[in-house]
Amino acid sequence: MDIKWNEILITGDPLILGSQIAIVLTVIAIVGGLTYFKKWGWLWREWLTTVDHKKIGIMYILSGVLMFFRGGIDGLLMKAQTARPEMNFLDAQHYNEIFTTHGVIMILFMAMPFLIGLMNVVVPLQIGARDVAFPQLNALSFWLFFSGAMLFNISFVVGGSPDAGWTSYFPLAGKEFSPGVGNNYYAIALQIAGLGTLMTGINFIVTILKMRTKGMTLIKMPMFTWTTLITSIIIVAAFPIFTVALALMTFDRLYGTHFFTLSSGGSDMLWANLFWLWGHPEVYIVILPAFGIFSEVIATFSRKSLFGYKSMVVSIVGIALLSLLVWVHHFFTMDAGPAVNSVFSITTMLIAVPTGVKIFNWLFTMRKGRIKFTTAMLWALGFIPNFVIGGVTGVMLGMAAADYQYHNTLFLVAHFHYVLIPGVVFAVFAGLYYWWPKMFGFMLNEKLGKYHFWLFVIGFNITFMPMFFLGLQGAVRRAYTYSAESGFAPLFLVSAIGSIILALGFAVFCYNIYWSFRYAKRNVSSDPWDARTLEWATASPVQFYNFAVLPEVKEIDAFWHMKKRNSGLVLKEEEIQEIHMPSNSGLPFYMAVVFGITGFFLVFEWHMAAAVAAIGIVIGLIIRSFDYDDGYHVPVEEIKNIESKWRKVEGGVKHHVG
Amino acid sequence: MKLKKVFALFGAIIFPLLSGCETNMVVFEPQGPAARSITQLINWSLLWMLLVVVVVFALFTYIVWKYREKPDNMDYEPPEEHGSTVLEIVWTAIPILIVIALTIPTVKTLYDLEKPPKGYEDQEPLVIHVTSADWKWIFSYPEEGIETVNYVNIPEDRPILFKLTSAGTMQSFWIPALAGQKYTMNRMETELYVVADHPGSYLGRNTNFNGRGYAHMEFEVLAQTPQEFEKWVREVKETAPKLTKEKYEEILLPTHLGRLTFSNTHLDWVNHADANSKTYTNPEAYKTHGYKGKIFEEEDNYKNDAYTPKSNHGHHEHEDVNENESHGGGHHGH
Repeated sequence: MDIKWNEILITGDPLILGSQIAIVLTVIAIVGGLTYFKKWGWLWREWLTTVDHKKIGIMYILSGVLMFFRGGIDGLLMKAQTARPEMNFLDAQHYNEIFTTHGVIMILFMAMPFLIGLMNVVVPLQIGARDVAFPQLNALSFWLFFSGAMLFNISFVVGGSPDAGWTSYFPLAGKEFSPGVGNNYYAIALQIAGLGTLMTGINFIVTILKMRTKGMTLIKMPMFTWTTLITSIIIVAAFPIFTVALALMTFDRLYGTHFFTLSSGGSDMLWANLFWLWGHPEVYIVILPAFGIFSEVIATFSRKSLFGYKSMVVSIVGIALLSLLVWVHHFFTMDAGPAVNSVFSITTMLIAVPTGVKIFNWLFTMRKGRIKFTTAMLWALGFIPNFVIGGVTGVMLGMAAADYQYHNTLFLVAHFHYVLIPGVVFAVFAGLYYWWPKMFGFMLNEKLGKYHFWLFVIGFNITFMPMFFLGLQGAVRRAYTYSAESGFAPLFLVSAIGSIILALGFAVFCYNIYWSFRYAKRNVSSDPWDARTLEWATASPVQFYNFAVLPEVKEIDAFWHMKKRNSGLVLKEEEIQEIHMPSNSGLPFYMAVVFGITGFFLVFEWHMAAAVAAIGIVIGLIIRSFDYDDGYHVPVEEIKNIESKWRKVEGGVKHHVG
Repeated sequence: MKLKKVFALFGAIIFPLLSGCETNMVVFEPQGPAARSITQLINWSLLWMLLVVVVVFALFTYIVWKYREKPDNMDYEPPEEHGSTVLEIVWTAIPILIVIALTIPTVKTLYDLEKPPKGYEDQEPLVIHVTSADWKWIFSYPEEGIETVNYVNIPEDRPILFKLTSAGTMQSFWIPALAGQKYTMNRMETELYVVADHPGSYLGRNTNFNGRGYAHMEFEVLAQTPQEFEKWVREVKETAPKLTKEKYEEILLPTHLGRLTFSNTHLDWVNHADANSKTYTNPEAYKTHGYKGKIFEEEDNYKNDAYTPKSNHGHHEHEDVNENESHGGGHHGH
């Protein structure tokens, strides 16, 4: 096997060298810390082998925070490089790598795990279930995602980062124009992570359809559960397209096939179509759960049930259907003809209709309410005006003829940041502040939260608002520099300053986590927000079996009405029965390791080594198929014990409603 | 606080409308009928979008302000309310009407842009073939028999039909002052009609990312009076050198070039828009830092082994490409 040892590590760039040293030091610190505090066993038993949906959710969220940091650093580097004209901070190659990893990481390894993490924590609780339908598969989902994310992340220090943009358009991304292994990382790491996501989709569809508690018909489900269901359906519809596209890309790059290449009749347009057939629904995969989070938060802090619940559901389904019918708007300029462009203009603009319905429903949920400005609610409120700007500019971009002037400019970049940051990132923050006590048993500091909010929102607007105007001045995306004569300099500088404020906001968030972890008071009530849905009917943090006795649901906002009627809140001892729970398993973690190793070998095109490592995957599958462990039972005594602890403190679940 | 922010955002949106002539927003200062029709469409959409923004922001501000929690309304318990069919129909129907209002001119403009602009239908368009390569623009005038690199001269007040293709990566041809953009793709031909109203110099560029040299992939469009244009063509035919196949292969290498002018066109031996044209890839020329994968031999590649790197300094190679404007001069191996 031909291994070019001298090329494996990236050398010659001080920034990358610094990262390499930092990575080594961090690994030493983590390994040393775990050994010194004798935490290896704890890590293995409590986290690496867990199948508990709440712990898996927390690990997703932790990964999301980590990846936000990485993607954010990428963003700041880009802003630093473009702060002044003709800067020499990053060269073209380095800049190309950074905007590529920024895009991939922010969408796939930041937004997705944050939202899937919240889905994991919240959905089984909201539907009154003890776990997801396939707990071990859920763990496998997480570990495959994590394996793919880590493989992707090491690219910039080992072998070279992908540098063809997050869209990875061919022929640029092919071997003919990108002979390095960087784009192999894209093809293979995303494939591994994508498998995990696909499994998550299947898991949540089954969970929501089959595991709802007694009385919870589909039309009584909380809105976040609804959006999770529809999101999961889009995942199952769209991700296989990406799986196939990435597989074809892998064949092209590793084995010399010609699906997308310039030579021998490959079609670059095929890649663009396949990519966006997945890529556009992907946008809605991240935006729909976010809509669900806003629905929960706005209803709770307005003390009203969601306005127009049914039209909300219909509009989610409508958005989901339309999301699969608009992909061509990403390349109106490919000259498919005025008829095709007209059709896709119309489908694109139509998305504004169900989205508008949702905006007005949220507004009218607040109307006649009593709006409490908690940090979570601030994020939801900040979302509305900012997202509307993202939405109207989206309609403008959807008008194909006008798009000929916006396409690939910073106007487009500003638009999708105005959609994705208010739409997804604000939602994630809202969700984290809202459900944090449910996850950890203490609250995030509200005062720090408000600093976080204002810095982030103001910084966000200063960063991205100038980009609309830069785009109209003719500044294009992905250009590592621009001339002084272009006249772009002042707005680029404003944008760079904004990004520092944005970063400060995120820093306050990280500090808030640290501060609250150390100092926040621990005896929060199980229902600190006076909320409406079932996750608040059990302890904070939630005991591993979720509910001692599964609740029964009679209407929407079940918990709210239970509190109002003061029924179903008190646990009757005679109702407690043994609870059947799934056992932990090390297999998902093992699979992630062998998938990661196989993937790594494939990236470097060491085919024999990859084949040998892949045997490990087969072994894992064999072990799993001979696994007869069907879980264990929690004895009644233990349940009584656990329940008495949190119920004694509170004297039954609190009910504020008169 | 909230209110101020809302107004700031609102101001930022309305600003370009009020001061369109004072800023340097090229999209709002069209210099030809094609770009002008798009600007009109954009202005139309801005009006409607502004309306949406105003209504939603006003409603938002009013509701959030009016129903906020205050010390004196802590006893207020909001009513049970599940929706209103009438209201929900209203805010479904109005957006649909707005979408219709936007769709009609969009579709009309889309069809119009595929033809020579109004008022220029009876003129014979000047055909210019555009070939994009990494990282330069090649303009061929088949009738005149001349070829330019990185600049294109056109006569004013006459429709120009650009026939776009690419020698390699997918790129996008954009002259914002004159027309919207279109992709250039290998073995494909896309068409773009452009008219310049009056003489002037306009910036054109690639907007579709295609590697290290992308940021500088610009060209100048010079609209001249017909007399000047004729004169220029004559001069080029008399003074410019002939383009040879060897020279052309050198041009196709991934480099930045200054302006070049030739008194014949490469269309004589290859048109990259043809479905069966040969490819001209040079994977070796695209190496950057990092680990190299296997490069595959392609049967239809015109010059597979012709490119031999001068040295193996790998990692720094791209800096040469960026800094040395006429890099590649020593690389033709014929």
